[in-house]
Amino acid sequence: MAAAGGSDDTFIRIRNVSKLFGDFVAVDDVSLDIRRNELFSILGGSGCGKTTLLRMLAGFEAPSSGSIEIDGVDVTRQPPYERPVNMMFQSYAVFPHMTVEKNIAYGLIKDKVSKAEIASRVDEMLGLVQLENYRTRKPDQLSGGQSQRVALARALIKRPKVLLLDEPLAALDKKLRERTQFELMNIQYELGITFIVVTHDQEEAMTLSTRIAVMDQGRFRQVGTPKEVYEFPQNRFVADFVGTINIFAGTVVEIGDDTISVACDETGTTLTALGQHPVEKGQNVTIAVRPEKIFIGKDEPENVFDVSLKGVVDDLGYLGNRSLYRIRLPSGKIVQVSSQNRRRSVQRFLEWEDQVWLSWRPRSAAVLVD
Amino acid sequence: MAAAGDSAPNRGDIVWRRVTVAIPYLWLFAFFLLPFIIILKISLADPVIAQPPFTPMFDESGNLSVTHDNFAFLLTDKLYAITYLKSVVVAAIATLLCLALGFPMAYGIARAREEVRSLLLLLVVLPFWISFLLRVYAWMGLLNNYGVINNFLLWLGAIDQPIQFLYTDFAIFIGLTYSYLPFMILPLYATLERMDLSLVEAAQDLGASSTTAFWDVTWPLARAGVVAGCLLVFIPAMGEYVIPYLLGGADSLLIGRVLFDEFFVNRDWPLASAVAIVLLLLLVVPIVLLQRSQDQADDAV
Repeated sequence: MAAAGGSDDTFIRIRNVSKLFGDFVAVDDVSLDIRRNELFSILGGSGCGKTTLLRMLAGFEAPSSGSIEIDGVDVTRQPPYERPVNMMFQSYAVFPHMTVEKNIAYGLIKDKVSKAEIASRVDEMLGLVQLENYRTRKPDQLSGGQSQRVALARALIKRPKVLLLDEPLAALDKKLRERTQFELMNIQYELGITFIVVTHDQEEAMTLSTRIAVMDQGRFRQVGTPKEVYEFPQNRFVADFVGTINIFAGTVVEIGDDTISVACDETGTTLTALGQHPVEKGQNVTIAVRPEKIFIGKDEPENVFDVSLKGVVDDLGYLGNRSLYRIRLPSGKIVQVSSQNRRRSVQRFLEWEDQVWLSWRPRSAAVLVD
Repeated sequence: MAAAGDSAPNRGDIVWRRVTVAIPYLWLFAFFLLPFIIILKISLADPVIAQPPFTPMFDESGNLSVTHDNFAFLLTDKLYAITYLKSVVVAAIATLLCLALGFPMAYGIARAREEVRSLLLLLVVLPFWISFLLRVYAWMGLLNNYGVINNFLLWLGAIDQPIQFLYTDFAIFIGLTYSYLPFMILPLYATLERMDLSLVEAAQDLGASSTTAFWDVTWPLARAGVVAGCLLVFIPAMGEYVIPYLLGGADSLLIGRVLFDEFFVNRDWPLASAVAIVLLLLLVVPIVLLQRSQDQADDAV
């Protein structure tokens, strides 16, 4: 895969980086290549090591072993103030004793840039984050969203090669998150700076990033585009962590050219899925299907190549644009189905305890080995 | 009526709110303003050999009899000016010593692991469990010519004969710094502990070295704690009586000692009261000015 190669456009090269805190392994032998101008997300739950990795990129923690290279320069032992990297902190860390203007200018003042240049670049940044009218305000007179913009402008004014963002949207309310998300993408596109975002929010990672690394227990479980990670998870952890997924355990009974058939106790049938993994007959695997890949209907599906299952509606939820169903199979297994509400109607298409048929195409399901 | 039902408990609330707000005022009135007025009254009287040892404010015919002789005397006798000045200097140096020692200690405690933090704080206040007087006496034992420190230095061979520590200004500084250090550490700790560490990291991230980040971020944000700590040390150090009396030399006259002597040795209550009033003004005026300049600084930026 792309990560291991070290192709020419590699901008940040993380090689075998580990970080130990006492006996605890926070980051475990991680290697990663990030390209120039990428908006790269590191996604994982709390304590997965993502923040430690980010802090090692910023220079606040030194790796226990391994090396980090940015734009061809080994920065592993460089202190934070010498790295071509700036960070937007989760708490924003806006200096409470300085005005908006002074906060934004801080990095340039430390670099002893001329007064005239500082003034013009501060103006440019204030324009970029739309805070022109707030330049003399103190941070305690700003809203959360405005503080975040100050933090962003302050981190961008030095024109870093890489901008690190620690949970950039976590402290904002839903509406503001959505807006800020697109603004961040626009700013990234406009300035052409490589962004690395650390987040626990998969939705945030999906919409923002060009690529995502899913992290767990100090290791990357999958690195790929949002689509790859969502549609082709490589393991159960990724499948489960990113989005909702139905998982069926079983054993391999037949290996076709590009399909794998799995006998599954929970469905009482053989499930067929497109398989890329080298598997053996009799091996225990899982079949994973996203809720929106499953068709739901009252009649038995006609296509014999599809996987089809019979069940009853255990629970249903109306979300406006779509409905969620929890379907109980005869074995008691619950399958989640999400379906678009295409038709406009006040009557429900399905009711509790209705008999239904579920079906999906083999190519919509994934075979997961671990 | 609903409105009446609502307002009844509210009225009770308001009464209670007033009571709670009134308590500190009552306290200050009874234990600060009233004594102050009494002292002020005495300072305007003449001393007499009687009980009480000062002239009443109104004579037998009911005429007001006040004098500013006592305050005038403070100005004419140079001794008082010198003593006030020396007290200010000694208290200021002790305050700076406490700050220089206390800041790193408070910083260390605030950044220590949480399990250790409460233990370290306990160690800071632990000396208070022993009587203040005893602790000062202990310093006499440590500092005297054949005390622990001198004996140790003699044993080491670093010195041939004991160094005179006790009854010097040096001993006063040790005593003051030792006694008032916790009053510096605790407010500093409180401010440093709630400071967001990522502020310092942000400064470093933007190009400041650790030292620069300290002066740009940590120090200005700790200012409230620094001011509180300095006041808590400076004010009592200024009027301190026991430490200069026990550790200082006979010639190290500080205002607390003068005050004591005027009251109890000379029994000149009016003059002693005048000394106390001037001491209070010396303390209050700069504090008010400091407060005002800080408010202005906060508004201006």
